[in-house]
Amino acid sequence: MMIALTTLSVFGAALVAPLFFRNKNKLASWLIALLPLGITIYFASLLPRAAAENPETFSFNWAREFGANFSFRADSLSLLFAMLISGVGTLVVIYAGGYLGKNPNIGRFYAWLFIFMGAMLGVALSDNLLLLFIFWELTSLSSYVLIGFEHEKESARAAALQALLVTGGGGLAMLAGIILLGQISGTLEISALLSNTSTSLSAGGTAVQSHPLFIPALILILLGAFTKSAQFPFHFWLPNAMAAPTPVSAYLHSATMVKAGVYLLARLHPILGGNDIWLYTVSGVGLITMLVGSYLSFSQTDLKRLLAYSTLGALGTMTMLIGLGTPLALKAAVVLLFAHALYKGALFLVAGAIDHETGTRDVTQLGGLFRALPITGTAAGISALSMAGLPPLFGFIAKEVVYETGLEFNPWLMAAIIFMGLSTVFVAGVVGMGPFFGKLTESPKKPHEAPLSMWLGPILLTALSLLAGFFPSGISNLIVSPAVSSVAGEAVKVKLALWHGVNTAFLLSIATVIAGILLFSIRNSLRGVLQKIEWKWGPAYFYTLSLDGMNALARAQTRFLQSGTLRNYILIIILCVTLGGGYSLFRIGGFDILPQHISDVKFYEAAIAALILGAAIAAVTSSSRLGAIAALGAAGIGVALIFLQFGAPDLAITQFAIEALTVILFVLAFYHLPKFTQLSSPRARIRDAVIALFTGALMTMLVLAAVGVHISDSISTFFVENSLPLAHGRNIVNVILVDFRGMDTMGEITVLGIAGIGVYALLKFRRKKGRE
Amino acid sequence: MEIVLAFVIGGLYAAGIYMMLRRSLVKLLIGLALLSHAANLLIFTAARLTRAGFPIIGMDQQALELPYADPLPQALILTAIVISFGVTAFALALSYRTYKSIHTDDLDKMKTTDEADDSKETSA
Repeated sequence: MMIALTTLSVFGAALVAPLFFRNKNKLASWLIALLPLGITIYFASLLPRAAAENPETFSFNWAREFGANFSFRADSLSLLFAMLISGVGTLVVIYAGGYLGKNPNIGRFYAWLFIFMGAMLGVALSDNLLLLFIFWELTSLSSYVLIGFEHEKESARAAALQALLVTGGGGLAMLAGIILLGQISGTLEISALLSNTSTSLSAGGTAVQSHPLFIPALILILLGAFTKSAQFPFHFWLPNAMAAPTPVSAYLHSATMVKAGVYLLARLHPILGGNDIWLYTVSGVGLITMLVGSYLSFSQTDLKRLLAYSTLGALGTMTMLIGLGTPLALKAAVVLLFAHALYKGALFLVAGAIDHETGTRDVTQLGGLFRALPITGTAAGISALSMAGLPPLFGFIAKEVVYETGLEFNPWLMAAIIFMGLSTVFVAGVVGMGPFFGKLTESPKKPHEAPLSMWLGPILLTALSLLAGFFPSGISNLIVSPAVSSVAGEAVKVKLALWHGVNTAFLLSIATVIAGILLFSIRNSLRGVLQKIEWKWGPAYFYTLSLDGMNALARAQTRFLQSGTLRNYILIIILCVTLGGGYSLFRIGGFDILPQHISDVKFYEAAIAALILGAAIAAVTSSSRLGAIAALGAAGIGVALIFLQFGAPDLAITQFAIEALTVILFVLAFYHLPKFTQLSSPRARIRDAVIALFTGALMTMLVLAAVGVHISDSISTFFVENSLPLAHGRNIVNVILVDFRGMDTMGEITVLGIAGIGVYALLKFRRKKGRE
Repeated sequence: MEIVLAFVIGGLYAAGIYMMLRRSLVKLLIGLALLSHAANLLIFTAARLTRAGFPIIGMDQQALELPYADPLPQALILTAIVISFGVTAFALALSYRTYKSIHTDDLDKMKTTDEADDSKETSA
């Protein structure tokens, strides 16, 4: 119950946030931060239960037919992720209060930030895949608004749209994958999938994975995870999303949302993993992302883009590790996830503080700020050390485990990991050290220390990096060990230690740090070389290409379909009807007409039929208006006679009356309208005649087909039987109209009334000449 | 008779559609009227023809005698006849108005809903 309520309460906070910030009260952000803080403490209190494999759950039936339930489950992996969300969330909420300060839209900002937080908690805690999908899309939606928060800027709007299209599109693919998975296994509850012997590898079953639909389901779900976690070739949206305000970048694009894909991979690894497709796709995509992100980060000069590309590298690493899937790799993934959130979150917040205090994020314009921003500088420096992977920080432990995993596989993989390590050391130096040391550089604003709200976050996160570095065993027993077990699908005992002794991984890591520092020292010339290489044909280019292509297609389609010419509209409608109807008639293979369905033809009936047909031809061919109207009237009278002949006197009377009125109206109107002239070319007339005759022939066949179909007459029987007893009327057609279906007739009268008013208005009112 | 009527309906549809595809507004209206005849007759025929009695209970009877014509399609068609009359009347008034305003009944020349400005035309 409580876990469902925590998620709900965050959405509640979204509702009240705008009211909270109406008075621009400085304390508002501190007060409202108490909620995520309390939630974090609550999650922490659940940890022992989760570690003992007795997680808190809650389930509420929603739509059982679709397999959708409000079910939540807080196992260690979920809690690790949820605590990151609420914990970093608390700091970001406080930070944003200082960062956005007097921004008039701050209430709206917080509303969407809390919606995002609630959705993210939902993703972490959902035990139902459909529920997870809904929260997942909600994070895409809220991130759209948050990235585009400065909506006056076109670049922000474009970046927001790009993120939405990429992650939302991936989300849709994921939904299809989830549905397929549900079809294969019969359940959408993650816990049921995990414990089910036919679905979970750990439980000894491979029935799901040998199903023919498994591969499509796997690929679709992977698409969702890859787009969300900005994996190659979908990585381009993440650097562009840096158009968001920095608190958003720190929260969404480093600590939480981009890790949702990694979380999903980890969550579903026991169900979907353990086969070659998983191994090569997930680790391959992760590897490429890791290399691309690491490479591109060398040439950046913007603080946030530097961090964004290095985040790409880290996300790629985590994905790759989950793809590899050995217990050691999974352990490395979980530890890196945790360590990365701590140091990268801190550095993002620091980048925002630097931007806020100096007015620039360009690293070439920043230097020697430590004297002016000593507290921020300390947090930045220590977090940078953690990122670079130096002891005694938690980042060191994470890096050692990743290196060990690389050594476990092969030298090529190790080389790729070392490349990632190099770029990590480099970015740590450029972001965490560069701006604070060296010569003081002139900046747009005179720098001074950031307010408490803005340095609290970096300091606390940095402190956690230190704390976790010193007490790795506590963390590993409480969270990491059980979390890795749930990723692996079997019990994995994880021991984390700060000091492993001198081994290959340690030596390689020292070499990486030294090489990274060397690269850092030549950063300006390195950048100069790399920036000369341009990548025109990257995936972002294809994104633009396909977006432009779709717009062009939409325009062409609109020009074709919405030509503005009535005749074309009619033509399109008729063609669709005839082609569609003709195709289905062809599909069912024609029709049968049985003799008992056919009534005989009396000679005067044949005469009436000839009259109608002749009148129709006359109406078409007549060159005089009066002739055409007369023919139209004759056709109407013919129809009325048919009605009379086959048991419908009411219809006949109505038809006679209406026909007379119509003819009078036509004559009156045509008196004022021009004479018939031939406007179309002969070619157009022939084309139209062919289309008309074809349609007419199809309608004839339709009637013949309809005659052969047996119609249930139960509704009519009801009317016939109840007309006298219930409605006290003997004319059943009239009773249906005014009694049984009285409301329809009421609507009909209304339509006629409106038409009458319209006619009156058209005839009576004229715009006076000379006005406007 | 059904087969005969099927051809009548086809003919009415063909005539109506041909007229609706003309450039002249007045022909389009005649086409519309022909099309509504065709549609009414289509419903009537598709719901089975019968020469049996009217669906009216005699004054001396308590229930309808079998066989009888199905009253339900009749009720539908009755509504359709009246509505199509409303549509025709409105369309006629609209085309009258259009012609008075822009002086043409050629649909291809109706590019604007603004009233033709005589003074401008003469000066240009």
